[in-house]
Amino acid sequence: MAANPQTAAERRAPWLLLAPSLITLVLLMILPICIMFVYSFYEFVTAGVEKHVYTTANWREFFSDSYYHMFLWKTARVAAITAILCALLGYPPAYFIAMTQYKHKWLLLLLLIVPFWISFTIRTFSWIHILGEQGVINVLLMKTGLISEPLRLLYTEGAVIMGMIHFLLPYMILNIYVSIEGIDRNLISAARTLGCTAWQAFYEVVLPLSLPGLMAGLLLCFVLAAGSYVTPDILGSTRDSLFGNVIFDTIMGQLNWPMGSALSIVLLVLLGIVAVIYSRFMGLSRVFKGLGA
Amino acid sequence: MTGPSMTTAPAVELRNVTLAYHTFVAVKDVSLSIRKGEFVTLLGPSGCGKTTILRSIAGLVQPTGGEISVAGRRIDNVPIHKRNIGLVFQNYALFPHKSIFDNIAFGLKYRKVEKAEIARKVKRALDMVRLPGVEKKLPSEMSGGQQQRIALARAIVIEPDVLLLDEPLSALDANLREEMRTELKIIQREVGITTIFVTHDQEEALAMSDRIVVMNKGEIEQLGTPEDVYRRPETRFVASFLGQSNLLPGRITAIADGQARVQLDGGPEIIAAAPASARAGAAVTVVVRAQKVTIGAGSKAMPGKVISASYLGGTAAYFVESGGIRLQSNATIDERVWREGEAVGITINPADCLLLDEKGDRLV
Repeated sequence: MAANPQTAAERRAPWLLLAPSLITLVLLMILPICIMFVYSFYEFVTAGVEKHVYTTANWREFFSDSYYHMFLWKTARVAAITAILCALLGYPPAYFIAMTQYKHKWLLLLLLIVPFWISFTIRTFSWIHILGEQGVINVLLMKTGLISEPLRLLYTEGAVIMGMIHFLLPYMILNIYVSIEGIDRNLISAARTLGCTAWQAFYEVVLPLSLPGLMAGLLLCFVLAAGSYVTPDILGSTRDSLFGNVIFDTIMGQLNWPMGSALSIVLLVLLGIVAVIYSRFMGLSRVFKGLGA
Repeated sequence: MTGPSMTTAPAVELRNVTLAYHTFVAVKDVSLSIRKGEFVTLLGPSGCGKTTILRSIAGLVQPTGGEISVAGRRIDNVPIHKRNIGLVFQNYALFPHKSIFDNIAFGLKYRKVEKAEIARKVKRALDMVRLPGVEKKLPSEMSGGQQQRIALARAIVIEPDVLLLDEPLSALDANLREEMRTELKIIQREVGITTIFVTHDQEEALAMSDRIVVMNKGEIEQLGTPEDVYRRPETRFVASFLGQSNLLPGRITAIADGQARVQLDGGPEIIAAAPASARAGAAVTVVVRAQKVTIGAGSKAMPGKVISASYLGGTAAYFVESGGIRLQSNATIDERVWREGEAVGITINPADCLLLDEKGDRLV
């Protein structure tokens, strides 16, 4: 009996099929990250000029300057608030879509995807017309005489969080939806016949069994929020900058590529650690299951 | 159809229960009365409304008409969680995130039973289903048969007024199914719990039930003991659904000495026991069980020819032809197995023949 009935060609086939994505990943992601890592050890001379000599100066600056720590902490806080608000706002619609008897469920799911058809930047800019001094809210409140001065709604942390929720909510809803959809309806019926009210059955069955999706959604929203810089740039003031804006400013403003590289690696590693810790508890496969909705 | 001689209130009573979804009527004017401790099976093909009846007793669907009472109390307007009913699902529906202990204790917890008492009852329930000591396991760590027993324990431990079983054995493999069938019956006897069992498997129904409700298209076709429904089917549907029967259309030509001569359409004449309401000239269908059709070498019998023969060990299944009529025969093998093409004599005892009228109802 042949131990391996596969021919050489058959063994090669999976690799051939994987090759395009592997090559793309290595060339466009792994390699650039490696180059950035190398850059983080170069010496910054002046804007746009760096010396290719080994130095740990950038890293020492990061670890010693509390300016960066403050931004890291703030980014974590804003991202956490965003993720939690997404969870609170996303659960009810996800539950509704999963449980509805409405026969055109796909239509409801389509509605979730529709915003993605419009450019993310344009969607973010649209908030200016709502929250701005001449925006819908202020104009309405002034017209009705409830306020005499326009409220400062735009360029605040609240506006930044709102913009990020706007962008992240569909991810959260899809994640939760997939896990609720996967729950056997008989479990709810069983809980009901054993003495649960509808609320108690939700608490005993639906909520715990949908936690993986909820957790996956939280992770996804946290990571995406923590890495964003366009939303704070458009909807926030300079005080509302996040770590991504610091990186942007270091690289594009100061043209300090070595420091910018170091900061980018920091963000990448920290978010990576969050994902790893998470997957230890939740299993990252759940996250991917949610993404595949 | 319901027993009129009952003295106490029936354990479960359905009065003219109807359930319609839009234009589709799943259950049509069903009335049924079940005694305390009785094991009643709702038997029928899929879509006959049997599961819908079960779910409406449990409260998972709302009948559009009629009344349901359990233990003398009307419950069709009582919310699900306040009906004291044990339901076992086809797929068991054990809570996957809860231990076996928490699964079984679930109903007790919501009945505000004391902790120590819960532990005692859960242990007793596990002993009863012969799975002691599995409290800490998760459902996913148990086999299908074990999960089935846990589901049963979870339903029984709350001491429900009635136990509802929705095809609980259909997910098990054949050997285990037979074993669980016996065990389920023993447990039901021990606890003395009124049980309604839903199945499409007639063997299960015949083996386990005190009474069987044969259903078709949302209506009750017949209600009776297993022997009743098997030996004395009241309708064409019951006759063809239970067991293998020959349904032979024909016309009564003469009645004499309690026997009717029936000229089968396009075939030979057959003698059947004549019920009182049989009239000469009436169009009838003769029903004969396949195992009541014996074939042998006898010359005085109806002549026939074997079309196909299947050897089944203790018995053999034949298709035989006689004067243009094809008959099914499942007989124990006493002489030898007849082969295809052989000429045989077919014997049918008149007492084994039932007559159905034109509407398909049994003549009595």
